[in-house]
Amino acid sequence: MTEIKSCAETEAEIEDEFSLFDDWMDKYSYIIDLSKELPPLDEKYRNDQFLIKGCQSQVWLGAEYRDGRVYFQADSDAIITKGLIYLLIRLLSDRTPQEIIEAQLESLKRIGISDNLSPSRSNGFANMLKQMKMYALVFQTKEG
Amino acid sequence: MNDKLQKIRQQFPILNCRVNDKPLVYLDNAATTQKPLSVIDRMTRYYMEENSNVHRGLHHLSQLGTAAFEESRRAFQKFLNSELAEEVIFTKGTTESINLLAFSFGEAFVHEGDEIIISVMEHHANIVPWQQLCARTGAVLKVVPVNDAGELEMEEYKKLLGPKVKLVSIAHVSNTLGTVNPVAEIIRLGHEAGARVHLDGAQAAAHVQVDVRALDVDFYSLSVHKMYGPMGVGILYGKAALLNAMPPWQTGGEMIDKVTFEKTTFGDLPYKFETGTPDVAGVLASVPALEFLQEVGWDFIAEREHALVKYATEKLAQIGGVSLVGTAKEKGGVVSFNIDGVHSSDAATIFDHFGVAVRSGHHCAQPIMARYGIIGTLRASFAVYNTEEEIDVLVKAIEKTVQMFG
Repeated sequence: MTEIKSCAETEAEIEDEFSLFDDWMDKYSYIIDLSKELPPLDEKYRNDQFLIKGCQSQVWLGAEYRDGRVYFQADSDAIITKGLIYLLIRLLSDRTPQEIIEAQLESLKRIGISDNLSPSRSNGFANMLKQMKMYALVFQTKEG
Repeated sequence: MNDKLQKIRQQFPILNCRVNDKPLVYLDNAATTQKPLSVIDRMTRYYMEENSNVHRGLHHLSQLGTAAFEESRRAFQKFLNSELAEEVIFTKGTTESINLLAFSFGEAFVHEGDEIIISVMEHHANIVPWQQLCARTGAVLKVVPVNDAGELEMEEYKKLLGPKVKLVSIAHVSNTLGTVNPVAEIIRLGHEAGARVHLDGAQAAAHVQVDVRALDVDFYSLSVHKMYGPMGVGILYGKAALLNAMPPWQTGGEMIDKVTFEKTTFGDLPYKFETGTPDVAGVLASVPALEFLQEVGWDFIAEREHALVKYATEKLAQIGGVSLVGTAKEKGGVVSFNIDGVHSSDAATIFDHFGVAVRSGHHCAQPIMARYGIIGTLRASFAVYNTEEEIDVLVKAIEKTVQMFG
């Protein structure tokens, strides 16, 4: 079994990948490519109960807690959002609640897609990050 | 670009901004327009030289502020051609105007079994307050449908009108489709049926001359920030006889006549609807916004907006995969569209990198989106300072988006 990289290591890895691109257009093309890598969402999550409220794009997010670790899956109807979700899941899925709560994700700001993380009522993506942390908090509280 | 347009653009400092290293192309004017220097200067001058609370103190600054505040009211009276200055109620925007109206008109005139008519193209601000009123009173909400082009089905409207209808509340201009509704006819038919008529003028007041007396409209709402003025100021116009018959909505200081712990009697119009400290700087800085509109002139505004809509419509039609939403014959400065297979939020993200600001999503008008079976649109909305060259940049951004997602 390969060892799971820490959140910080994965962040560094993602930052490396994006450092290849100078041009914003190339960055978005890469995000569009990443959207295709996102594993399909279990259909039981594709309903209003798991829909994250956001004006612009719809995001469905499900979470499971097994053996002290949180596993996320998600999908969106917007492709850029979907690519960003792929990054978030890569960073935060298969982690302990504590790791998720503590994750700062500064790298996403540094790679120049921070606009998508700005707290705005119209932004399903920012709400998704918040919801992931909420899940982690709830799982941690339940366990404690 | 002709001289007049160039002179207009020079009055808006923000139009020189760069976004993502590109010149700003601001096509989100239906959300809010930019502000000319005269408005910005007036706000600054107020805080530098005049700040004081209005309608309260006897000291010099308060008197000065109160006089200027009431002068603003008279400026709006003139702008809307209302009979009396006290028919002009200051609010913080159209949403508050409609909430005030829904509460106070509802208290006075709406009972169980009565009917309120709105349309399917309304902004949520002209839907939800009426829904809430109906929930409180047991009144019934009736909805006028629209045709495929985005025009009201006037025959259906006529059918909905009946003796139980207390109020008709319709957008003067649609925020999503740009449709200019036949308001004179809507008002005439409403009055014939014995109903009162309110127009949501949020998308109209900076685009067409509004004459409340010529229209004979009972109530009219607008937001000053959508007409080159400051944020946080709106108007509810109402006929004095109706406003006098309506109870206050929010209560507190400034709106009272006499308060004891047993009973409070309320002040006269317009103050009974204006409790609490208003946005004095905003109200005062609204005057240069009205002056800006007068100086530019309604003919020039109409001419430019029609030219921009025509140009954008033609250019967009040439791009494969772009479909327009809202093709009414009478249309204001709004072009709503979708790109085949591309989510509006993805497109708006790419546009942003071209410096292009448009609105994406459902525009707070979900029922009209449901009517067309879509979840959102991209909306380019024009102001008098926009240019054909800016539309060319939008077209480039759309072409790039099609290429990236196609």
